[in-house]
Amino acid sequence: MRHLVAINCVVAFLVVVFSSPLYAQLEIVIDSGVDDPTPIAVSPMGWSGEPLPEDISEIVAADLRRSGLFAPVSRSDMLSSPKRESEVYYRDWRLLKTEFLVIGNLTRNPAGNYRLEFKMFDIFAERRVLSLNIEAGPNSLRDIAHHVSDKVYEYVTNIRGIFSTQIAYVEQTDKTYRLMVADADGARAKMIFQSRPDEPLLSPSWSPDGRYLAYVSYETTRPAIFIQEVATGVRQQMTNFKGLNGAPSWSPDGQKLAITLSKDGDPDIYILDIASKKLSRPAPHWAIDTEPAWTVDGKGIVFTSDRGGKPQIYQVTLASGRVERLTFSGDYNARPRVSPDGKTIVFVHRDNGVFYIAAQDTTTGIYRLLTPASDDLDYDESPTVAPNGALLLYATKYRGKGILAAVSLDSGSKFRLPSKKGDVREPAWAPFVN
Amino acid sequence: MVTNSLKMLLVMACTLGLMVGCATTEETDMGDEGTMTDSTSGTETGTAGGTGVTVSDTEEDPAAGIDTVFYFDFDQSILKAEARSALTAHAAILKNNTDSVRLEGHADERGTREYNMALGERRANAVRDFLVLQGVERSRIETVSYGEERPAQLGSSESAWSMNRRVEMN
Repeated sequence: MRHLVAINCVVAFLVVVFSSPLYAQLEIVIDSGVDDPTPIAVSPMGWSGEPLPEDISEIVAADLRRSGLFAPVSRSDMLSSPKRESEVYYRDWRLLKTEFLVIGNLTRNPAGNYRLEFKMFDIFAERRVLSLNIEAGPNSLRDIAHHVSDKVYEYVTNIRGIFSTQIAYVEQTDKTYRLMVADADGARAKMIFQSRPDEPLLSPSWSPDGRYLAYVSYETTRPAIFIQEVATGVRQQMTNFKGLNGAPSWSPDGQKLAITLSKDGDPDIYILDIASKKLSRPAPHWAIDTEPAWTVDGKGIVFTSDRGGKPQIYQVTLASGRVERLTFSGDYNARPRVSPDGKTIVFVHRDNGVFYIAAQDTTTGIYRLLTPASDDLDYDESPTVAPNGALLLYATKYRGKGILAAVSLDSGSKFRLPSKKGDVREPAWAPFVN
Repeated sequence: MVTNSLKMLLVMACTLGLMVGCATTEETDMGDEGTMTDSTSGTETGTAGGTGVTVSDTEEDPAAGIDTVFYFDFDQSILKAEARSALTAHAAILKNNTDSVRLEGHADERGTREYNMALGERRANAVRDFLVLQGVERSRIETVSYGEERPAQLGSSESAWSMNRRVEMN
């Protein structure tokens, strides 16, 4: 990454509001970015039709700003608004101290499909560095924008962008629970499943191909694990055991779910083969064992256990059943998730009654807190790492309300996604799907 | 079991209290009330004062008046003395009937959700085990944990948390 380092408190305070008539949308509030973000200009895209429902350039600028790594130039400061390469005058952009310029020209064919010719220029090197044509269907302006953001981000940081990915989360208003799926920026939130009153939904987990969600529902008056295909809404009940049926986590090969059951006594981690419904129990123990998550190679599972008296994180190697304790600092470490490169586990850490998100290096065992202490944000939980490993989402409370927040794994940038309605929690970041 | 008849009584008590307040009761209304009273084979008294309605239940439900919510200390699943005495009374009654019992365990909001699910179950199991020790058949008792998902009281205060660490019997 080009510009990293220390946190600059409340650099930008920007609110981007997305509108939708149906459900609560998330709005983004950026708390801080890196102290030397890359200046970039996203020139308004060329378009010669009736007004469009979405402003692609604005979405790209918002994506890049939210990442904390970019400082987009405001439109009113731009000296020109080039649509084509021939209209680019490097001097105009050097004056603004912009490092990169993004331009594009949008057209629509008779079938209603959009085509964006998009280019990016390195202002100081005075050369074009990206040139791409993107074609997409009639309702895909946001998809096109996020695709552009991904390309820009990847060029500058050498890390794949996550702007085109989705997130799932649980939303609650009064006693009704909804499983939601939205774009990573909180826009286009869509309800996947809604409970009857007083029947909680929790613990969403994506299948590795991003097509299915596993989650817990109380619709049978007891907890049960369901699988739902996101595109079709088709659901299948996977478990109906006495006691706990919880904490589903999809295996990297997509064939199995690690789950928590207490049918044989105390809560244990079980592995459920999805096709055959056969169960195995890799590490039975009389203590509470729960909150499983697979290691990247699928050969192990990290989980929470209070076998030592207080909740700590352990790892079981499935082939041998050998269990190893991973966390030793403090008296509460729980709900681990493994980063996509396998080098970090993130989890909830309690210190002096305050709950933080912590990250621990899987090789060195060194851990650090990713979220800061504050009077208002004392309940950080449910961390989920973005598929590019650069960012994580978590749930917290803000002014008594459940909200989602994000922090980069280097903790350089942060932003909040407060909901306008109800409480939101338990984010689950979907994998890359193509 | 207890809750339903209590609700019914409360409704009737409110109605009665209102009528007393108005002091213009029609006989047909009283007749209706009487029928309802008969159907629940109980009697009730209601007063509608400035502060609300109080109900005293003298119907034959032997479990009436015995606590059905049991509270726990932070991170604990040990039954408190009040819970034990209430549960002893419940057990004595349950041994004389065939009712089934559902125990719903809950946790406060602090800590991770699925771990709290396990804590809620531990609490429900502690209540179940006590009833079983008192002679109630285990097969008649269902335990369900809701973890922190269904707080009795909203908010992030010690008083809210203490109301939420509970097992509800119904």
